Amino acid sequence: MYLAISHAFLQEYWWFIVSLLGSLLVFLMFVQGGQSFIFTLAGDESEKTMIINAMGRKWEFTFTTLVTFGGALFASFPLFYATSFGGAYWVWMAILFSFVIQAVAYEYRSRPGNVLGKRTFEIFLFLNGALSPLLIGIVVGTFFTGANFSINDMNFGKWESPWYGLEAVLNLRNLSLGITVLFLSRLLGLMYIVNTIDDVELDAKARKRSVINSVNFLAGFLFFVISLLVSEGFAVNPDTGEVFMEKFKYLHNFLATPLVLIIFLIGTLLVLYGLYRMIFTGKKDPIWFGGAGTVMVVLALFLVAGYNNTSFYPSVFDLGSSLTIRNASSSLYTLKTMMWVSFIIPVVLVYIWYAWRAINRKPIDRTEIEEQGEGHIY
Amino acid sequence: MLENIDLSLVNWSRAQFALTALYHWLFVPLTLGLSFILVIMETKYFRTGSEVWKKITRFWMKLFGINFAIGVSTGIILEFQFGTNWSNYSWFVGDIFGAPLAIEGILAFFMESTFIAVMFFGWGKVSKRFHLVSTWLVAIGASLSALWILVAGAWMENPVGMVFNPETARNEMNNFWEVLTNPVAIDKFFHTVTSGFVLASLFVIAISAWFILKNREKDMALKSIKVAAVFGFFASVVLIFTGDTSARTLAKVQPVKFAAMEAHYAGENNAGLTVIGFLKDVGELDGFTEKKVVAKIEIPSLLSIMTNGSKNSYVPGIKDFVYGNEEHNILSAEEKMRRGREARDLLFSYKEAKKTGNEVLADELKIKFDDAEFQQDCFKYFGYAFLDKPGDIVPNVPIVFYSFHIMVALGFLFILIQILAWFYSYRNNLDTKKWFLRLAIFILPLAYVAQETGWIVTELGRQPWVIQDLMPVSIAVSHVSSATVQLTFWLFTILFTALLVAEISIMKRQIQNGPKIEEE
Ligand code: HDD
Ligand code: HEM
Ligand code: HEM
Repeated sequence: MYLAISHAFLQEYWWFIVSLLGSLLVFLMFVQGGQSFIFTLAGDESEKTMIINAMGRKWEFTFTTLVTFGGALFASFPLFYATSFGGAYWVWMAILFSFVIQAVAYEYRSRPGNVLGKRTFEIFLFLNGALSPLLIGIVVGTFFTGANFSINDMNFGKWESPWYGLEAVLNLRNLSLGITVLFLSRLLGLMYIVNTIDDVELDAKARKRSVINSVNFLAGFLFFVISLLVSEGFAVNPDTGEVFMEKFKYLHNFLATPLVLIIFLIGTLLVLYGLYRMIFTGKKDPIWFGGAGTVMVVLALFLVAGYNNTSFYPSVFDLGSSLTIRNASSSLYTLKTMMWVSFIIPVVLVYIWYAWRAINRKPIDRTEIEEQGEGHIY
Repeated sequence: MLENIDLSLVNWSRAQFALTALYHWLFVPLTLGLSFILVIMETKYFRTGSEVWKKITRFWMKLFGINFAIGVSTGIILEFQFGTNWSNYSWFVGDIFGAPLAIEGILAFFMESTFIAVMFFGWGKVSKRFHLVSTWLVAIGASLSALWILVAGAWMENPVGMVFNPETARNEMNNFWEVLTNPVAIDKFFHTVTSGFVLASLFVIAISAWFILKNREKDMALKSIKVAAVFGFFASVVLIFTGDTSARTLAKVQPVKFAAMEAHYAGENNAGLTVIGFLKDVGELDGFTEKKVVAKIEIPSLLSIMTNGSKNSYVPGIKDFVYGNEEHNILSAEEKMRRGREARDLLFSYKEAKKTGNEVLADELKIKFDDAEFQQDCFKYFGYAFLDKPGDIVPNVPIVFYSFHIMVALGFLFILIQILAWFYSYRNNLDTKKWFLRLAIFILPLAYVAQETGWIVTELGRQPWVIQDLMPVSIAVSHVSSATVQLTFWLFTILFTALLVAEISIMKRQIQNGPKIEEE
């Protein structure tokens, strides 16, 4: 079938899909957020087990979303995939290691014969819970602050810092985004606990914990957003492809794409409303507001990073090497083929939703965990 | 840019990829096969409503879960390793190679992980029918994920459906269908998936045999063996058949690998197929050692027949590919290197013209890339430009040769085991055949050996190419320091080994506990 779709349109389409996957990933990191609480929120062993089981029934989705996010980036923006992964080696490796240890931890933690000990696997869960949101936030921060690489005329990249990506941690703005994502995922984790575990004590503790986590989250978020709006950004001249610095670039992007601005604002309000319901009411539903809000806010941030003639992966070493959705993308043919594939995503979302409902119908409670009935207990 | 290659970096990167891939492959075959065995068992439960089948299903499902978790944890590294360690490769072919990986995520991994949750947590919560459907979808999802990753892998061995774009300096896809129906991909998919079925069948047979020897859970064990033996037998038939077709395809698309598998140095008519043999050094040639197969059992002429369907046909050897053979129309490696350099120099001139702003010259040079003759005569050998000497095209023959023969020999041994298991189950006297039960347990590690050797043939046999004839491994690596890769290599070694030890120990305990006793 022949379709007259332009390369430029498909590049924007794919940036949107990648952004959507990224934002879903941040929402799904409520699993990591929940894991970061296993030592501090749970009062006794069965509370800990309840938290672990609540998260454990969902960890695969987060993991798979991460893998698909990586795959989609590879297919649609291979130059980013090659440059960033091959250069910011240590940050990515740290993220990967934290997921490697997560994947076995649930299944092995409580099994007899587990030679590393239950505690080791709990530490694995904690490490993944704390490190991965922080580091993913930091890496996404470099979309706005830039990274240290150069690209030659064969489009082969080279990292220009001996720290291979770890240098990103030292940038205050990256760090603030990391902290924001960390505390956001923790809040979402608490919301999920309230939503899916039927236990009065845990419920009360989770709500109480939300207060301080909200404060931390809001501090990080405000710092990041304000510094983003007042900062210089990496603009692209659409005719020549040349990258240059523009004052208030990201503010301009928001203003130039009002729809994105609206998504961002509504998202922010929804997150705040979710926090309000979490802290000031006894409702079980804050996760829906917090979750939807998170997806919208993160989506909007990704979109201002790439749309409106902006470099989404700028190089501070050599501006000319900066990546844009134009110069980093796959060919027209590949993007078009992949567009057909992307139409399956809604089907995937529907069956995931259906399956979640089927197994979440009954909340987790102490009896289920302690009796070890028919289910599969972690 | 394309030069100054740090050999130690290349080798550590290869070692790291090999390590992580081999670990991943310790778990994947069982996932592929056991998921279908679960499907059969649960279908029996669904049809008969018998609690016995439910117990059986749930026992094997638990072992499935233990294996699955570590499979996932080793897989994520592989996915991102193309970027972290083979970044030049990722750019050079990302336009084609990325697509199947993304499709794998969207189509297969989500299906697997969604329904695996239903499979584990859904007992008693969802209807029996929905549960069964979920188990089916997990199995289908696992095989689909194998399909897409193998499409990607096969493309590297037989690159099709693309054209080189000098402007971006990469290969771009122009025919997705060709990528998907790549003959290598089809062979690989069926061969690999059925190899997983075979391994899983031997796994179930071995563990059931252990129960029978211990005089425990006999009913469950006997029923499981029957399912596994029948399933495994049919899988083995397909496995051997597709192994044969794989080899025939290789003879066309990767003739050097094919020659290495047989340690076939000098080409000949009426070439025989070695069944068993040992390699002996004959002498040093230009950059590689010639070897000879001694003490061999050989089936006369079979190699010629396999390759070209006729007894008298000529099967080229490694020396033909290094030195060329005019009579049979084989170019020497030297000549291919010359042509490859011509293609590379054209690319450089084009880039130079672009840089200096000489658009007229640039356009002129660019047109050449579209020329079919240039593609066929020169660009096809692009990767040869980066080789030092003709001998570089020879892979490690002994490893490939021995691995290949071990795999094939084991394949025939396995089908024998499955036939016997089926036969004794049918005769209802399996529990009296102690020698056979012991043998079945002993075979299980060999099933893993066959799996790993299979991949060693594939991957070492295609050296030095990461993409056949287009890109050698040496220019595919990321520009990180060799010390960095060494460090991650050792971190992976320690971490994966620790996890493997935990996995085996948990698996053993779970088996010893049997189906009845739940946790603790
Ligand atoms: C239980 C494991 C097992 C067994 C018994 C066999 N294979 Fe195999 N073989 C594999 C497991 C495997 C594998 C691990 O799945 C490989 C690695 C890559 C691939 O495509 O499949 C493989 C690769 C592989 C290749 C290389 C394909 C390539 O490089 O693309 C050939 C030619 C064969 N096999 C041929 C055979 C033959 C003739 C067998 C006769 C019985 C056989 N295999 C048994
Ligand atoms: C080098 C290439 C490979 C990459 C990049 C890769 C990547 C991955 C990843 C990321 C996962 C985890 C998926 C999840 O989130 O559930 C995974 C699991 C899996 N992979 Fe691989 N894989 C590779 C090789 C293979 C091969 C060759 C096969 C099969 C022929 C295969 C089959 C599977 C299966 C069945 C799973 C499901 C879980 C399990 O491993 O037990 N993979 N792989
Ligand atoms: C899980 C099954 C697999 C196993 C056990 C396996 C095994 C290996 C081994 C042993 C090597 C080292 C070869 C050497 O460096 O000399 C290797 C290299 C490599 N394999 Fe595989 N492989 C698997 C699947 C795949 C698939 C499906 C792909 C592609 C999608 C792939 C891509 C590569 C690449 C890019 C390298 C590094 C470059 C090279 O050394 O050729 N592998 N693999």
